[in-house]
Amino acid sequence: MPQKKSIKTPLTDATVESLKTGDEVLITGEIYTARDAAHKRLVELIDKGEKLPFDPSGQIIYFVGPTPAKPGKVIGSAGPTTSYRMNGYSPRLIEVGLKGMIGKGEMGPEVIAKMKERKAVYFAAVGGAAALIAKSITGNELVAYEDLGAEAIRRLTVKDFPAIVALDCHGGNIFKEGVAKYEKK
Amino acid sequence: MHQISTDRIIDAVRKLSMEAAYDLGEDVIKAIEDFKKAEESPVGKGILDQVLENAKIAREERAPMCQDTGFAVLFVELGQQVEIIGGDFYGALNEGVRRGYKEGYLRKSIVSDPLERKNTGDNTPAVIHTEIVPGDKLKITIAPKGGGSENMSEVKMLKPSDGLQGVKDFVIDRVRRSGGNPCPPIIVGIGLGGTFEKCALLAKKALLREVGNRHPDKFYADLEVELLEKINKLGIGPQGLGGTTTALDVHIEVFPCHIASLPVAVNIQCHAARHQSIVL
Repeated sequence: MPQKKSIKTPLTDATVESLKTGDEVLITGEIYTARDAAHKRLVELIDKGEKLPFDPSGQIIYFVGPTPAKPGKVIGSAGPTTSYRMNGYSPRLIEVGLKGMIGKGEMGPEVIAKMKERKAVYFAAVGGAAALIAKSITGNELVAYEDLGAEAIRRLTVKDFPAIVALDCHGGNIFKEGVAKYEKK
Repeated sequence: MHQISTDRIIDAVRKLSMEAAYDLGEDVIKAIEDFKKAEESPVGKGILDQVLENAKIAREERAPMCQDTGFAVLFVELGQQVEIIGGDFYGALNEGVRRGYKEGYLRKSIVSDPLERKNTGDNTPAVIHTEIVPGDKLKITIAPKGGGSENMSEVKMLKPSDGLQGVKDFVIDRVRRSGGNPCPPIIVGIGLGGTFEKCALLAKKALLREVGNRHPDKFYADLEVELLEKINKLGIGPQGLGGTTTALDVHIEVFPCHIASLPVAVNIQCHAARHQSIVL
């Protein structure tokens, strides 16, 4: 098993460019949560030319809607949700500085093209490993849209959050390459 | 008549909701362990390790194994000699879900209207399938269903002339197009026959069967094994990142159908294959 790479947020172009499809990473720093409903609102703000509730420059959005935190816990279970539902939104956020996304499953060609153009990266976390992933989350602060409940935007502090580089900024795509490697005719 | 109070029903469903979210079945755990031994991708093996470690944490810490604690799907077998006392039966089932999701710190994932999309705040209503059966018992099964795998499911009304090959092609194509979206390794529930809606329900019921158990009819048992092997040759692997473990099992349920029809439904279940039952 190759060495896992430790990376810190916010991401720089140099960090993004150093990441290659298949790299296992441990992410430390702050990341933001958003799912479908929050993305819709963020893109509506961009459309209107208004300020977003957080500055996306260099940041990572984690596609997640955690379970409620039990008393004394920072967060509940918090695994990734399916990413393709954000295909229409993510390119818009990359245009305003977003550098990374964490989710599960492949993202669309429109996202991949924008990632190459603006140097961004997409990480896969293990869907359904929500109790395990939660252990790497050490801080959890509401940023916006409390009315969305589990879909609100939160700022999470993470330490060694486990993920795999699934789509890199050079056009690498583990969903295509990995499947081709193990497909048996 | 066997009298069962709605209070008992509420309490049973409350407990089942939480147990389903925290306790992954031994059948699923064993299947993941077995497939992990043969997994050719090191990344895939690592993912299966994480899934097993996650199941252990969930069980020990009474934490939901997945943040998507699902739509509460209830299968009810109501004995015809049972009398429900103390209130409304479906109301009690929903109250059990409401309490279980609140007390268990489970996620509330239901919106009241598909287009307006306002969260109901308590994960109700449940989807309830009721069968009246002989006897004086009440069996309740909860099978919380996550959105990611449900979204990869599909019903197709094939022509009778499409035959067995048409069924196989549709199933394999549905899994291939799903890729990593439904959180592989998956369990594939297949409904074959019936009407449009019966077929979909058969596919869902197929997911309740324990992993590793075969259809009693040898023809369908063999077909399950054949489809499982074909699916695992697709290369999708754990989380779609490539590998030899795409599905843990394939289960088929069959029903007679119309001379003009060959309905087939594929209901995809993620590896968090949750279901818990109780008999009252």
